[in-house]
Amino acid sequence: MSAIGRILSSRAGIIITGIIVGILAPVLVRQGNPGNMGICVACFSRDIAGAIGFHRAAAVQYIRPEIIGFVLGALVAALIFREFRPRTGSSPLVRFLLGVMAMIGALMFLGCPWRAYLRLSSGDWNAILGILGLAGGICVGILFLRRGFSLGRAYAASRSLGWIMPLLMIGLLVLLIVAPQFGRDPQGNPAGPIFFSAKGPGSQHAWNWLSLGAGLLIGFLAQRSRFCTVGAVRDLILLKDAHLFSGIVALVLTAFVTNLALGLFKPGFAGQPIAHTDGLWNFTGMVLSGLAFTLAGGCPGRQVILSGEGDGDAAIFVLGMIVGAGLAHNFNLASSVTGPSPYGPSAVTIGLIVCVALGFFMRDKRTG
Amino acid sequence: MKDAKTVDARGLSCPQPALLARKALDSISGGIVHVLVDSATARDNIVRVAEKAGIKATVLNMPDGSFQLSMTK
Repeated sequence: MSAIGRILSSRAGIIITGIIVGILAPVLVRQGNPGNMGICVACFSRDIAGAIGFHRAAAVQYIRPEIIGFVLGALVAALIFREFRPRTGSSPLVRFLLGVMAMIGALMFLGCPWRAYLRLSSGDWNAILGILGLAGGICVGILFLRRGFSLGRAYAASRSLGWIMPLLMIGLLVLLIVAPQFGRDPQGNPAGPIFFSAKGPGSQHAWNWLSLGAGLLIGFLAQRSRFCTVGAVRDLILLKDAHLFSGIVALVLTAFVTNLALGLFKPGFAGQPIAHTDGLWNFTGMVLSGLAFTLAGGCPGRQVILSGEGDGDAAIFVLGMIVGAGLAHNFNLASSVTGPSPYGPSAVTIGLIVCVALGFFMRDKRTG
Repeated sequence: MKDAKTVDARGLSCPQPALLARKALDSISGGIVHVLVDSATARDNIVRVAEKAGIKATVLNMPDGSFQLSMTK
């Protein structure tokens, strides 16, 4: 087992993870997930937020087993390789805010960095501006890191803290299977507590156990290889280290080939699934996301994985993303296929101001 | 002039441990840099950063599960 662990921690491991994501994501689309959304940590967190009633956007409500699998797969890997290390205390409130902001930016673009790369690999050229925006946001984050930005240290915590996120995910899995309904409102609509979309992206999903299995495998591999779609660009620029970036190259190339093989490659700007063509706001939304992820130390997938290995601060970031998704839909900030909402640009601008202010002011003199 | 520097990067998020290690290596003309980290991710990142600078990092596993990396420039 230790030999497997060593391989997965090496350059080969990060490339294997990218290849597996690049195969599984288009397969999940072919098996029922929404277009170019085989894996999207932001979209899936948003669907989960809707499923538990944090927002009532009827088209995007579902408990996505992929996210549950990410956390539990990472937990299993961390336990096997003795990396389950409960910890917290690194500015959790700031991380919560960063999670909210990252989600507002991602829902402007309609996808997290994972989906941005997957959209690119299937010929959605709107993703090019999104990825450029992501890189721009990461560059702004790097400027802050260079001048000493820090959220401070995390400290070892009680073992029970590390189990909270995995247990929450098992709770979500039970809710997915049982889908309890506490009656109906006077109009005959389900009164919750669980809401599943009857139409729209939330109603489109692969077989649950396939999604869960894919999530478990990716969660396991990503925990071992430290796969991170934001750290990839950050390390390339900041440390001249292409280790993580090689995983992204593997993901994009493999997903491109798999999309071609499955007949899912459709190049162009217009008419792409769950995407809009407003280049300015595709770019700016991802600037916000890239900045928020960089300040928090990793992409949304990485945060979910870290939450599975006991990182309470990453768990708070993930919960911030789920609350951010609720805010984005309840306040009508999220884009649709027709373009940004009337209020989205203001929200992204406010988010940028908040993140830049955090970048300036959050400096830990003891560690800088 | 041989310098010795110790950096405590325990509990810090990515990429701060690697960044602090590189800063410490850049700040000395010759000598040894010790970096304390408490995650395997930070340990591996620093080993790679040191390798890029042509420096070998030796890793000491500490009893509390943390790691001490030593790099001689």
